[in-house]
Amino acid sequence: MAALTNMTLKAALDGLSTKAFSAEELARAHVSAIAAANPHLNAFVLETPDKAIEMARASDERRAKGEAGPLEGASIGVKDLFCTEGVQSTAGSKILNGFKPPYESTVTANLWRDGAVMLGKLNMDEFAMGSSNETSAFGPVSNPWKAAGSNQALTPGGSSGGSASAVAADLCLAATASDTGGSIRQPAAFTGTVGIKPTYGRCSRYGMIAFASSLDQAGPIAKTVEDAAILLTSMSGHDAKDSTSLDIETPDFASFVGKSIKGLRIGIPDEYRLDGMPSEISKLWDEGIEWLKAAGCEIKRVSLPHTKYALPAYYIIAPAEASSNLARYDGMRYGLRVDGGSLIDTYEKTRAEGFGAEVKRRVLIGAYVLSAGYYDAYYLKAQRVRRRIAEDFDKAFEEVDALLTPTAPSAAFALGDRVSDPIAMYLNDVFTVTTNLAGLPGLSLPAGLSGEGLPLGLQLIGRALDEGTLFSIAGVMEDAAQFRAKPTRWW
Amino acid sequence: MSERAPYRVQGRTGEWELVLGLEVHAQVASNAKLFSGAATGFGAEPNMHVSLVDAGFPGMLPVINKYCVEQAVKTGFGLRAEINHVSVFDRKNYFYPDLPQGYQISQFKQPIVGEGTLEVERDDGSRFKVGIERLHLEQDAGKSVHDMDPHWTYVDLNRSGVALMEIVSKPHMRSPEDAAAYVKTLRTLVRYLGTCDGDMEKGNLRADVNVSVCRPGQFEKFMASGDFTHLGTRCEIKNVNSMRFIQQAIVYEARRQVEILEDGGKIDQETRLFDPGKGETRSMRSKEDAMDYRYFPDPDLLPLELDPAWVKAIQATLPELPDAKRERLQSQYGLSAYDAGVLVIEGARADYFEQAAKGVDAKLVSNFTTNELLSRLSKDGLEIDQSPIPPEDIGGLVALIQDGTISSKIAKEVFDHMWAGEGAPAKIVEARGLKQVTDTGAIEKAIDEIMAANPDKVAAARDKPQAVGWFVGQVMKATGGKANPAAVNQILQTKLGL
Repeated sequence: MAALTNMTLKAALDGLSTKAFSAEELARAHVSAIAAANPHLNAFVLETPDKAIEMARASDERRAKGEAGPLEGASIGVKDLFCTEGVQSTAGSKILNGFKPPYESTVTANLWRDGAVMLGKLNMDEFAMGSSNETSAFGPVSNPWKAAGSNQALTPGGSSGGSASAVAADLCLAATASDTGGSIRQPAAFTGTVGIKPTYGRCSRYGMIAFASSLDQAGPIAKTVEDAAILLTSMSGHDAKDSTSLDIETPDFASFVGKSIKGLRIGIPDEYRLDGMPSEISKLWDEGIEWLKAAGCEIKRVSLPHTKYALPAYYIIAPAEASSNLARYDGMRYGLRVDGGSLIDTYEKTRAEGFGAEVKRRVLIGAYVLSAGYYDAYYLKAQRVRRRIAEDFDKAFEEVDALLTPTAPSAAFALGDRVSDPIAMYLNDVFTVTTNLAGLPGLSLPAGLSGEGLPLGLQLIGRALDEGTLFSIAGVMEDAAQFRAKPTRWW
Repeated sequence: MSERAPYRVQGRTGEWELVLGLEVHAQVASNAKLFSGAATGFGAEPNMHVSLVDAGFPGMLPVINKYCVEQAVKTGFGLRAEINHVSVFDRKNYFYPDLPQGYQISQFKQPIVGEGTLEVERDDGSRFKVGIERLHLEQDAGKSVHDMDPHWTYVDLNRSGVALMEIVSKPHMRSPEDAAAYVKTLRTLVRYLGTCDGDMEKGNLRADVNVSVCRPGQFEKFMASGDFTHLGTRCEIKNVNSMRFIQQAIVYEARRQVEILEDGGKIDQETRLFDPGKGETRSMRSKEDAMDYRYFPDPDLLPLELDPAWVKAIQATLPELPDAKRERLQSQYGLSAYDAGVLVIEGARADYFEQAAKGVDAKLVSNFTTNELLSRLSKDGLEIDQSPIPPEDIGGLVALIQDGTISSKIAKEVFDHMWAGEGAPAKIVEARGLKQVTDTGAIEKAIDEIMAANPDKVAAARDKPQAVGWFVGQVMKATGGKANPAAVNQILQTKLGL
């Protein structure tokens, strides 16, 4: 059965459609792969084998009746941030212990509408707050990759660490993920997978447990550019239940993969060339530039002068929204409740026990920056920075069609390495937060290996709603990179 | 517009005047809540009108109810206020069990409606203007029920998320009566517009009163400059849910503040709760304890942008407003300001009147409507649209008076029969033989008989013409009240040789 899990989503869909194998066989292969791997990788916080088999059988029946949808029979993992009806959904937090939503998120409902099969819920940083998957109440996820000659467990990145790890280890064909400041792209870069955060408003946020509403956006993590395009097409679409959802048609993103990119103008932002950036990352970036030149693109230097303010602004806006979004976890209606002597005591005990250290840190930062007397100096100023950053991009996109940058400033680091230093941890997001602040699409694809044999990613940033161009460019780069490496199986 | 002396409190050190501003919460008359599809409605079993959005479930998102926005815009027009084509919803953050999200969605910096004016009518028909500061949309909270169990508090979320319009006045009122008149006028307005049912008993319209006192002359300085430092420190009185309580609370609070000031103390800006049982206010929280609500724009909602064409279309559908209607009733039908005022308090009353007044004497119709009909209705606890007498029949009754078929006095009797459900007035008059006697022969005969039987009275009347009234009464009695009074008078004059 190993061959069934090694496949790309596209190959699996082809195999299902030619009846080379059934959805049930495919699901069973993944279910046993998960059972074997999860004790080591901890990618899934909840395995749903019975549901997977049941959904797969139903899928096979639909296909037999000629009612196959675009994802018919595909075995998919779901980040635990997405509410799934009747299936525990915790956002990696103890405070949602035992919470089984009586509703389905729009993104996952779209997948099931298109025929996908759910394998289980994927681990993540608590409420998506983290860059290493170490803030999860369910413990850290291990990256299937290890540095050459080392047995040190590495982070798969975060917050979608479970999604990235599961896809990289062939535990699912593809996975849903979410990205508030880089939570799809950085884990994709750390695990040799492809991830895209689409334009803000492409995917509905209904039923997606909120971290920072104005920044959160769902997207896929997949094995190839084409797979990411296929999954994103299903995940996207207007939803009247989300006021920030865009009322626009979803193109067939996969149709952009394989298109010529000759004549496209690609911008290289000066400000992303950081002092002290590892030389192998600079080198990889230069290589990417060469591939694009070879494909007939015009390379231009551009300036995004407010980039250096992005990270501080992000770490004001995101916690501010989070402090309010997380106020509903009071132990009254669902999830964890720790009874105290009084109402306030119950609130305090519940939240003290239910939230982890990083979530508490951000709730406190958020409450602080919104409080009377500090609002103007922090929140309002950060919003102004946010506008400047969006304007920087607008200006750049007058001259170029897309931007190429590294995804993260390093390869995957060791678990435990940065937990005690939040600032070092926050720096992981330095290349990715800008697109969240501006609402633009950003895609990470594996472009090469570090000196230690770990995957490194490059990021493409596009105009709002121009994911299609990103998929075309990424398709060409994927061919050029010829990234074929897989983690050596140790689990 | 009539200037009135403000309410004054006489202190040991001199006189003090009142300055009042009101914040009225009016529940939008909508079948669905402001940001969720859940139903609204009074009296449902606890927690039966609650959606996952209202209960603050993870991943649930607010979606604005367009109908509620329309009602706010309509009310804005009614207040002759500026409609803001872009407004912003903010989150007001605080923890409370009846606030499941941990924040209330409200409008803080950019409300949907800006400055306006309400022309307020007092009970005596005189009028004054109150500036409107703003109107904004916000969610109501749920209800904490503390009295079901000695140890536990229960929460009913039926109200959670229901749309409220908070209408904030400028501090332009000077007496408890004027504050009550303001609420009354505002209530009439929203009922006209259909944007709020104005039911104060159900809490669908509630007022918080801002009370301060100042020395005579200070208010005028404030009005000229807009500078609040001319006014005293204000206290906000909550929980004043009837016109009577509003006035009681203000009187108590004014006295309390004057006493503090005269003892050399300072008024703390605070929120106070009115206790209707004791008729006093007590401190709820001081400014120092005031919560930091950490307002910020709700990132789940985009700024609310109104299409100018849509706003215009709403304006075009506005009903005639109470003050315009009152003026029209006065000029078109020749009604007194008082009668017109009584009729416009409810749009349905004025409609009823206009239906009834078609083609007949409007003043008579107004008299029957405002006196007979309204007092009967209120006695039976009915609204005018529940009247057992259709407006056409009031018109018919007046027509019978006008053409001399019945007298005004008989008309009242006919009205009683109409109230009892005996049908159209003409039918009643016919069936009960109430037709006025205009046959002079019959009247003469009656007069002759009375004169013959009472020679002393005849002599008295010839001596003192005022005594003729006795004969009129006798004739009416003899004819069962049906004799035409004018004819009776005329014949009596002749026969008595006056």
